[in-house]
Amino acid sequence: MELNRVVITGIGVISAIGNNLDDFWNNLVNGVSGADHITQYDASKFKTQIACEVKGFDIAQFIDKKDARKMDRFTHFGIASSDMALADAGLDKNNINPDRVGVIVGSGIGGVQTFQQEVSDFAKGDGTPRFTPFFIPRMICDICAGQISIRHNLRGPNFAVMSACATSTNAIMEAYNLLRLNKADVILAGGSESTINEAGMGGFVSMKALSERNDDPKTASRPYDKDRDGFVMGEGCGILVMETLKSALARGARIYCEVAGAGATADAYHITAPHPDGLGAKNVMRAALEDAEMAPEDIDYINTHGTSTPLGDGAEVKAILSVFGEHAYKLNISSTKSMTGHCLGAAGVIEAIAAIKSVAHDIVPPTINHFTDDPDIDPKLNFTFNKAQYRTVRAALSNTFGFGGHNACVIVKKYVA
Amino acid sequence: MSDIATRVKKIIVDKLGVDEAEVTTEASFTNDLGADSLDTVELIMEFEKEFNISIPDEQAETITTVGQAVTYLEEHAK
Repeated sequence: MELNRVVITGIGVISAIGNNLDDFWNNLVNGVSGADHITQYDASKFKTQIACEVKGFDIAQFIDKKDARKMDRFTHFGIASSDMALADAGLDKNNINPDRVGVIVGSGIGGVQTFQQEVSDFAKGDGTPRFTPFFIPRMICDICAGQISIRHNLRGPNFAVMSACATSTNAIMEAYNLLRLNKADVILAGGSESTINEAGMGGFVSMKALSERNDDPKTASRPYDKDRDGFVMGEGCGILVMETLKSALARGARIYCEVAGAGATADAYHITAPHPDGLGAKNVMRAALEDAEMAPEDIDYINTHGTSTPLGDGAEVKAILSVFGEHAYKLNISSTKSMTGHCLGAAGVIEAIAAIKSVAHDIVPPTINHFTDDPDIDPKLNFTFNKAQYRTVRAALSNTFGFGGHNACVIVKKYVA
Repeated sequence: MSDIATRVKKIIVDKLGVDEAEVTTEASFTNDLGADSLDTVELIMEFEKEFNISIPDEQAETITTVGQAVTYLEEHAK
């Protein structure tokens, strides 16, 4: 059986630097930080008081209050992003075959706000269990995929994948594989996350994972800088309309780019720390290149996981040098987490969107907030520091790594008929 | 309208997202106000919280209209 080619025909995104694709991309290219002081709860007793929060988002622009109340914020983001992605792809109920459209949307943590609220209400009471019947269906990680399917009557394959911060890269890979195998014509793939609350932030603070640069939020996320001190929590959602090439051509769809290949591996080393030599990262990039039948020289841009943590950034760079050899110095590399923050389960797809747009427009978005070189990071590498760079981007690779040691990688390339 | 009826109506408007005018005495939660099975469970729970009582399941199953809820609560509210 010949495998289908798979292309990207629609994008929807919500992030701290824009609640639609145009704003997101313009801010990404212009190096705008989405970080600021936390507004969603009183963080004054937390060591970290900053995050990349989504601003000015109103779910009432998409669905009515009654339905919105039954969903956690991460699902609100998913509903809005999938509406925008379908519109961007020119798909609606008049040209969709519902049985051939799937949804694979994950979340790293799911409805932690819902969980916190219900459990703390219970703890404050007299022991009588009065959990809302919407507790579980608001909280579970897969509910976003379910709600999107109900809203748009999409009856193809439907599930969430979950691999912490690699979640939505794995979702893209699953969608790619199902489309290649002709199990659907179109799949909405991505991830959504909203964990900026006491429980979500408190847990990460205890792990010493987060930047504590509270006096200067906009420069706190500084991947590859000598003085990086942890990641800045982000929130948001990205949804891709992934489609078989034959379906896209049949309906004359606009094509952003083609999915070239994907890979997934594990470190099998530690629950939160990356393998010091970037073993899993090396293997996953090699796996994706092999899947794409591409040589390292075919890649022009790597959107790294690059969270701005002391250990993680260095390990990934070692892996890039090992896989790409001399070609590593011809690559553009950037971590767009310097602007979006780390959106956990939504990080992979939001960064895949950066890679897709980069291939579509031949612009590489920057790694902002570079002040001081890290002596342990090879200075000959081009991290696209502080300013976007214009170059031909034939193909781009996006890495994501998750707690648990999950590594996932996807490669996109220019579509050539 | 009794105080209890006003409070019941407010909960229904809030939880089901319906207009106040629709919440008539005869209105059925499921047939007229668009509630599904989970909405109905949540309504009963909200009545329990608001009036600080416990409504047994077999009683809850008989409360299907606004009027039935008001009558039950007028008899049982503390």
